[in-house]
Amino acid sequence: MIITILYYLLTGYIAFLIIWNLLKSKKWQEEILYIIILLPFLLRLFRLK
Amino acid sequence: MSVKWLFIRKGISAISGLILLVFAGVSFYKSRHLKEPVVLSPGVSQVKKLSEYFTGIKGTINDSNVYILEGEKPGGTILLIGGTHPEEPAARLTTWIFTENAVVEQGKLIVINSANRSASTVTRLGGAYPPDFTIPTSWGGQKFRMGDRWSNPLDQWPDPEVYIHYPSRQELAYVDIRNLNRTFPGRPNGTLTEKTCYALTQLIRKEKVDIVIDLHEAELQYPVISTIVAHQNGLDLAALASMIISGTEGFNIGVEYSPPALHGLSHREIGDHTDAISLLLEAPEPFLDATRGRTDRALLLEGKDEFVVKAGRHGLLFEKMDENGWPIDVRIGRHCSTILQIIELWSEEKPDKTVKVREVPRYTDVIEKGTGYFLRNPAKADPKKIYYE
Repeated sequence: MIITILYYLLTGYIAFLIIWNLLKSKKWQEEILYIIILLPFLLRLFRLK
Repeated sequence: MSVKWLFIRKGISAISGLILLVFAGVSFYKSRHLKEPVVLSPGVSQVKKLSEYFTGIKGTINDSNVYILEGEKPGGTILLIGGTHPEEPAARLTTWIFTENAVVEQGKLIVINSANRSASTVTRLGGAYPPDFTIPTSWGGQKFRMGDRWSNPLDQWPDPEVYIHYPSRQELAYVDIRNLNRTFPGRPNGTLTEKTCYALTQLIRKEKVDIVIDLHEAELQYPVISTIVAHQNGLDLAALASMIISGTEGFNIGVEYSPPALHGLSHREIGDHTDAISLLLEAPEPFLDATRGRTDRALLLEGKDEFVVKAGRHGLLFEKMDENGWPIDVRIGRHCSTILQIIELWSEEKPDKTVKVREVPRYTDVIEKGTGYFLRNPAKADPKKIYYE
């Protein structure tokens, strides 16, 4: 259970980093990439997939 | 580029992502929470929860329904396990046919439709499986969840780098720590999948089960197919059933010996750790073949695939495959007849442990009338007789 919680915290941290990079990015190609790779992290955080 | 335009662009990107998230999320949520009704046969005398045999899984997604059908006369006890691998739908649907139709005159029949309910709430990651499928009936149709081979990572996560099976200490594939057919006999302080196996093992011990029949389907490129896999204590029974089925029921089924050194599987561990005879049935399912084409509901239900046919022409299959495919009615019919034949042979051999079951269709009945004919309409049933998987 503790390991599972740690993994959810890690997932949240990585999702935060992706969103941070999305906000900082100046290239639209990078923004699309960040949006796409963010989805599975959010789906796991929201316990949907 | 102006800051204003940059802000608008990021906003559009974020909204696009949110739309994708909502559509995907709704689909995954609906699939995970789809209720599958079971209209109890008049033969069902009790419905228990698996946690009544091991409280460690109480309140979890795998606290599955246990349907008990008892005859008036005492006799033997048979356990049917469906949904060990919910990506093998004929196995689960066979248990539906039993729970909605079977009447037991003597002995006891215990049926579990969703042994690994967690695995029935997710499809294979990256596999592009349909989330559900519908069996046509005279009253419209009944929708079922399509599942996966492994427990849902939402219920058991993360996987370890190395999975050491308990109690053999054999090293198995890491992902198989979520595979119900690699975690038998289970342990009370293990993962959800291990606890579920432990609960099933406890059920077998407490109910003094004589024969466990674990229902499966297999890809045609896998050598263990169209067969009964038997623990050594059930080999004679399986061999006799194989011969009689192949001679009388209209299809062939073989026998495989459960390898003593391959651990975690029901046909090995249940036989080793309980007094029950453990058998596992495999039916052919082209949907699971790696060389399949489009992975859709039609393939799941009709079992037709030109790429698997081509693989057969190259000698890559362990079962015949032609343009007729392997429709789900054929696969379910095979399971029904094999179960009935095993029960009949067991009862002949052990009169004091007789189990008499009626109202269950055989192979030819399922093919002739279709699986949907044997599913009951929940809209017309007494609400007290409806349970959900």
